[in-house]
Amino acid sequence: MTSRDLSISPGGGSEERAAARRPDGSQVFLTTKLDALLDMARRNSLWPFPFGTACCAIEFMSVMMSHYDLSRFGAEVVRFSPRQSDLLIVAGTVTDKMAPVLVRIYEQMAEPKYVISMGACACTGGFYRAYHVVQGIDEFIPVDVYVPGCPPTPEALLKGVVHLQEMIGKGETHYQRQLAAARAAARGGADGNA
Amino acid sequence: MATRDEIVASIRKAFPEGVRLLDGGDLPTFVVDRAELLRLARHLKDDPGLDFKLLADVCGADYAGREERFEAVYHLYSVTHGHRIRLKVPVREDDPVLPSVYGVWRAADWFEREAFDMFGLRFDGHPNLKRILCHPAFVGHPLRKDYEPGQRWLLREGEQDEPVWARQPHEDDDHFETQVINLGPSHPATHGTLRTVVRLDGEIITQAEVEIGYLHRCFEKMAERHTWKQVIPYTDRLNYCSPMINGVGYCLAVEKLAGIEAPPRAQLIRLILSELSRIMDHIVCIGANLNDLGAMTPFLYMYKAREEIYSILEACAGGRLTISYVRVGGLANDVPGDFVEAVRWILRRVPPLMNDMEKLITRNRIFRDRTEGVGVIAGAEALDWGWTGPCLRASGIPYDVRKAQPYLGYETFDFKVPIATTGDTFARYIVRVEEVRQSLHIIEQALERLQPGPIICDEHHVALPPKEQVYTEMEALIWHFKLIMEGARIPAGEVYGFTEGANGELGYYIVSDGGGKPYRIKVRPPCFAIFQAYPHMLVGHMVSDSVAILGSFNVIAGELDR
Repeated sequence: MTSRDLSISPGGGSEERAAARRPDGSQVFLTTKLDALLDMARRNSLWPFPFGTACCAIEFMSVMMSHYDLSRFGAEVVRFSPRQSDLLIVAGTVTDKMAPVLVRIYEQMAEPKYVISMGACACTGGFYRAYHVVQGIDEFIPVDVYVPGCPPTPEALLKGVVHLQEMIGKGETHYQRQLAAARAAARGGADGNA
Repeated sequence: MATRDEIVASIRKAFPEGVRLLDGGDLPTFVVDRAELLRLARHLKDDPGLDFKLLADVCGADYAGREERFEAVYHLYSVTHGHRIRLKVPVREDDPVLPSVYGVWRAADWFEREAFDMFGLRFDGHPNLKRILCHPAFVGHPLRKDYEPGQRWLLREGEQDEPVWARQPHEDDDHFETQVINLGPSHPATHGTLRTVVRLDGEIITQAEVEIGYLHRCFEKMAERHTWKQVIPYTDRLNYCSPMINGVGYCLAVEKLAGIEAPPRAQLIRLILSELSRIMDHIVCIGANLNDLGAMTPFLYMYKAREEIYSILEACAGGRLTISYVRVGGLANDVPGDFVEAVRWILRRVPPLMNDMEKLITRNRIFRDRTEGVGVIAGAEALDWGWTGPCLRASGIPYDVRKAQPYLGYETFDFKVPIATTGDTFARYIVRVEEVRQSLHIIEQALERLQPGPIICDEHHVALPPKEQVYTEMEALIWHFKLIMEGARIPAGEVYGFTEGANGELGYYIVSDGGGKPYRIKVRPPCFAIFQAYPHMLVGHMVSDSVAILGSFNVIAGELDR
């Protein structure tokens, strides 16, 4: 839990605002921003949608199985419906034939949504520099975390998920930055009117 | 088994004209006039002395600059006699038309579509000749030599292919409306990227069509652009559930063409790791199939064994999944010192896991109700579709390349080829379970025979010299330089290499022009032939059965679409 999420200020404040008391009787406040609280909840309960197309999907299975077990990091609930998930893990090569399907699935996901590109093919097309292969899914959809490897080891994907959690905590994902930019623009617009 | 001469004599007698025998080669090869193709095909299939019931592969080849630029190449196999032949039908660029053999072997269905897609060969009389791997907005034929490999065509939403019948409203005899639904390409039960369009009457499937190619990543084009050795990592990604077998198959084919052989130790290690890969593959197939039917536990159990095998592969080659461990002429490096103990540990570890799984599943009422009598196919029909491997053996035909035409010394091992007779989804499950046991038995014997020795042959025009020699000897350094910079010089010629992949006969048809890169590589993917029967088998089944049947085929998209 980072200090940005929750700031605990002991003592201070009036009796009415006291949220809790320590054993010694001093008062404890829990103050945070709603966004930060929501982000904390979101990042610790990611629901992945496995868009598994190729070899990386096999390693993704390893990550979900008991040996590596992604559920230790709060991303256990794999859902095959884009409506029910907020983390799109693109595991494997995406071809030009598959690209419209990927875009459709990304669009169907409810916000906030995050994308992990797993493996060399999804990141850059890998060693398939060829007539039917998308040279990196960021041609079509925004990506938050790129996990390199062909396929990445399960540890690498775990690291990717943890990294995404940190990014959500810091407000660095594509969705959050877009939202922040939109808010800033709205504020700027309001100031201009005033 | 008829000898080469008997086959040749029999064909010469029936076809004094229009069929020409080529000299030499790994298989009896005939150049056939396209006007004679259909008649010859019927003769080959129906003549009891020849009895070529299995059409293993149809592919195209482009010899740019030749008067008859294109060639359709057919590989046939006789399960009863155990012999093979190759047919080649040359056609001109301005008239690339030849008769379809779909009427003789139904296996030709998708193979001919692929040749059309890749080379623009037109098969006259094919029922549904349209693109199969490339998307509908694609222009040109990518495997032609003059097609630039990086030239892409974008597909927009709404341009995807749809079966003609799916657009037409259709009312059944009893005037209830039917509906068309899509299973895939992103669907939990497709394990990859397969799409099935079905028409439903209530819950019964009345019409089905399969769309593949969602993972077509241009293996064959890429192979033509890389040296012989650089192709090996690409082969790993064909059937990525058992990468080792693909690499072994490829290297055996190239070795056959180059006329070299790997040393005995390398052969044995190849065999051991291939069998471990087969176990891995069957484990995923069975586990995923059960998972789709609602039984999660066996998958979790079985995956433990898979993790153990991963760790052995990682210790040998450095990678877990895509290991690129095989080299033309041997192996990349020797196995670690504790290899034998580690494999023995696996041998002790897998049987209890299999027993646990079997206790849960084999007599499970729900499982049997959902699989027995579901997706039945008779042996002859399966063979007609080009089936091989466990799926064919589940229909009662005991064809296993390891027994029929042994390689890697399989003939010296004691193992049985399990078969089942009912040909349904349950039979395919039970055959795979037994194959895992047989593979363990083979590995056990192989471990006994493992002796120290070289792991790569010393034919240095093909195989890299050892690193210590490269640093100390001038000649070795030159070989190293030439092999890395130019690639091995494999003698010109063609070869069809075949091995028993985890889901059937994995064939490599390789053409070399004597250069450092392959001229043409065609993979004969076992699940390609199996999957083309799928839409025909679905009719009359329910949607939930379609999931059970698909899981039992072990269709791996990487191999299917290449």
